[in-house]
Amino acid sequence: MARIGKIARRSFLIGSAAVIGGVAFGAYTVARPAPNPLSPPPDGAVLNPFVVIDGNGITLIAPKAEMGQGIHTTWAAMIAEELDVELDQVRVLHGPPAKAYYNSVVMAEALPDKGYDRSDFVHAIAEQVGKIGKVMNLQLTGGSTSVPDGFDRMRAAGASARETLKQAAANRLGVSRGRLNTEGGAVITPDGSRLSYVDLAAEAAGLDPIDAPLRPKSQWRLLGKTQPRIDMVPKVTGTATFGIDVRQPGMKFAALRMNPHLGGQMFRFDDSAARAMPGVDRIVNLDNGFAVVASNTWLAMQAADAVDVEWGPSPHPATQDAVFARIAEAFDGKANSTMRDDGDADALPLGATEVVADYQLPYLAHATMEPMNATALYSGIKLEIWAGNQAPMFTRNACAKAVGLEPEAVEVHTTLMGGGFGRRGEFDFSVYAARVAKELPDTPVQLTWSREEDMTHDFYRPGALARYRGAVHDGKPVLIDGRISAQAATPQAMGRWLGLPMAGPDKSTVDGAFNQPYGVPNFRIRGYLADLDLPVGFWRSVGASFNGVAFDWFMDELATAAKADPLEFRLAALDPGYAPARGVLTAVRDMSGWATPTPAGTGRGVGFCYSFGVPTATVIEVEARDGAIAITRAWIAADVGTALDPGNLEAQMISGLVYGLSAACYEEITFTDGAVDQQNFPDHEALRMHTMPQVEVRILETQPHITGAGEPATPPAMAALGNAVFDLTGQRPRRLPLMQDFDILL
Amino acid sequence: MPTTLTVNGTRHSIDLPEDVPLLWVLRDEIGLTGTKFGCGIAACGACTVHIDGEAVRSCQVALADVWGEVTTIEGLGTPDAMSALQQAWADHQVAQCGYCQSGQILQAAALLAESPSPTDDEIDAAMQGNLCRCGTYPRIRAAIHSAASMMKEA
Repeated sequence: MARIGKIARRSFLIGSAAVIGGVAFGAYTVARPAPNPLSPPPDGAVLNPFVVIDGNGITLIAPKAEMGQGIHTTWAAMIAEELDVELDQVRVLHGPPAKAYYNSVVMAEALPDKGYDRSDFVHAIAEQVGKIGKVMNLQLTGGSTSVPDGFDRMRAAGASARETLKQAAANRLGVSRGRLNTEGGAVITPDGSRLSYVDLAAEAAGLDPIDAPLRPKSQWRLLGKTQPRIDMVPKVTGTATFGIDVRQPGMKFAALRMNPHLGGQMFRFDDSAARAMPGVDRIVNLDNGFAVVASNTWLAMQAADAVDVEWGPSPHPATQDAVFARIAEAFDGKANSTMRDDGDADALPLGATEVVADYQLPYLAHATMEPMNATALYSGIKLEIWAGNQAPMFTRNACAKAVGLEPEAVEVHTTLMGGGFGRRGEFDFSVYAARVAKELPDTPVQLTWSREEDMTHDFYRPGALARYRGAVHDGKPVLIDGRISAQAATPQAMGRWLGLPMAGPDKSTVDGAFNQPYGVPNFRIRGYLADLDLPVGFWRSVGASFNGVAFDWFMDELATAAKADPLEFRLAALDPGYAPARGVLTAVRDMSGWATPTPAGTGRGVGFCYSFGVPTATVIEVEARDGAIAITRAWIAADVGTALDPGNLEAQMISGLVYGLSAACYEEITFTDGAVDQQNFPDHEALRMHTMPQVEVRILETQPHITGAGEPATPPAMAALGNAVFDLTGQRPRRLPLMQDFDILL
Repeated sequence: MPTTLTVNGTRHSIDLPEDVPLLWVLRDEIGLTGTKFGCGIAACGACTVHIDGEAVRSCQVALADVWGEVTTIEGLGTPDAMSALQQAWADHQVAQCGYCQSGQILQAAALLAESPSPTDDEIDAAMQGNLCRCGTYPRIRAAIHSAASMMKEA
């Protein structure tokens, strides 16, 4: 504790990069309970910020963004498990932006250690580092952190609420708390009668919360079993409210047009034709673009097309080649990080065969199904924002600043989101809506981006170059020396979120490479930061989304050089101290019938990546079909420590795989004059029903600590596909998307 | 001059230019937000509705060109009275983010109307215009097969 306190006072650590110039917070601030953000409803009691019981019943607060990953259901189940309520008895709400809802894990994920070799002592340190998230307003959904973040805290919240309600009943009845039981949202008295929680709430509010030990796994009723998602019926009946579905009385609809030449200004615009078009209310100058406010979104979009505008140039390189030349130039400079340096990576071990390979991974868009949008209402002294977002505190603060109000004067309503994948951790779309609303006081305005605006104004997965040199001897890898160059996403995003410059080694550039659990004797990974400032951000699995591919492709190339079976080669190279990696590789070997040779015209590849604390292995089978390559089967095994909802974990694994395969096959963002060339789905395709493989998932639970599951399936899926394509064609993929070099079924 | 339109059995008088796509009439004028905007160019299927039982991309049908009765996801069933297809979707826990599912369900409904026991190839052919970035395709396929059996038994 003292150690962390000292670090926290000196500076904050994000990864191993210090936030320079940040305010120093002491451990005292970190340890002090955050104020309860929910004022008690008049006829009820707020037991703690995650459970509200009032005349309307029991409400659980899940301050996590529901973007499809099912977290509202699992989060509610964690509370309900200990509270002794059923999921169909409770309402689940997002909750307001508040410090009490800080993400206690995401900072720990940023620790510069490898993760898989964490001792219990380091885990304890990581938990303390996680608390720094509270003073940094890190109410954030991302990094596969929601389940580990909530697992202990939410069960404890449920247990404490339960025991406090029991105490209220005990006081009323004059019996000891130990003689009472709970079930189905009620306290059960010794004579078997029921006192509902709702009935006891006001009395419980007057008591100090009572802590209680957590129930062992063997006693779980809800956790460990597939739960029906609480958002399922609304989502299949069209009654779920996404950000784009928010409707307020008197609401106007707006379209946005920002300079496509990223980072460029708007020289001039003439809106006289647009203003005369049907339904158009107002054109708002946003400095580097404009918004059209109208009675209908489509009319606003049509009018935006009719504005005559002259865009200023972009400060970014003029061509795609120039962008990648800049990334390559970083290799000539000093390494930003050497996060792994085992043995002597400079020498070639005696008698070993050297292998060298370079890889190129493209920039990528998130392309959520629901385009960016937000709704805002400005009254002069107050601003309300409705938006699907992964970071409500940052959203609130940024919108407040944009309209000149104090953060306390801004109310953020977080809606369901039609996909996030990291994109909705940004707040640009909310800020634009706030700025437009400020021009129309007391009128709610919904600002919806066209698909083209969405695809050309993203915070992209950075493009990357990886240069690997390695060697094999006696069928085993004896050297891996990797250098990776990319734009660093973390410092750029942290600058936007916190307004603080960051320096120091950037973990996200080398994540998915330096921390792979292989026991190769000479093993070095160095990261290089490209001198580029294209807008980049967090894309499902972040650094592992490119490193997980390049590193694993290189392992496959080493296996070929060693004349070894690629799966057995990986197994033999694993760090023997980390058994879960062996477990998942063995599982996909068995599931896929790896030992049986594939028939002619079929290729099979394995991919492995440790990311977000989860070792994940994938086998992909491809088939030559009418001259094109079709992905036919996939097998995934992942070790999440404890599986809270097996059905949802299966869905997350398949989802991560599809997101990865879509990118690996078809997706790429390129820049011309600083403007994105791709405009809509046909330019940035994805897997569809007819290109989707059959998938089988196995979830293992041997790790001692619980993990998330939203991201780890993405990197190994991409890797395995490339390796399968090699198995089929004999040609090594060295860049993505594969469509550039192979005829992939579209 | 207002255009009249029948949506889910209700007649509406719409005072909008004739070239406004049905999608934006439904969402911004009538307030039926179950039909989603995804791409605006018929590349994703999120805006799929039925016109006289035929699945169409509502982002491509101008108000003046709507040739029959429109059915949206809200008209297919309600949370208290779901259609067989919606029930199958819930049984198979299909939706993740859920944004594309209105369009998927209406596309599947048109398929089942034409082919009550579709093969996997028929499902591939009928559903490939409907994009899902969450990758729910295996459960969509299973739900279509289930709904087909349910509807046959009914």
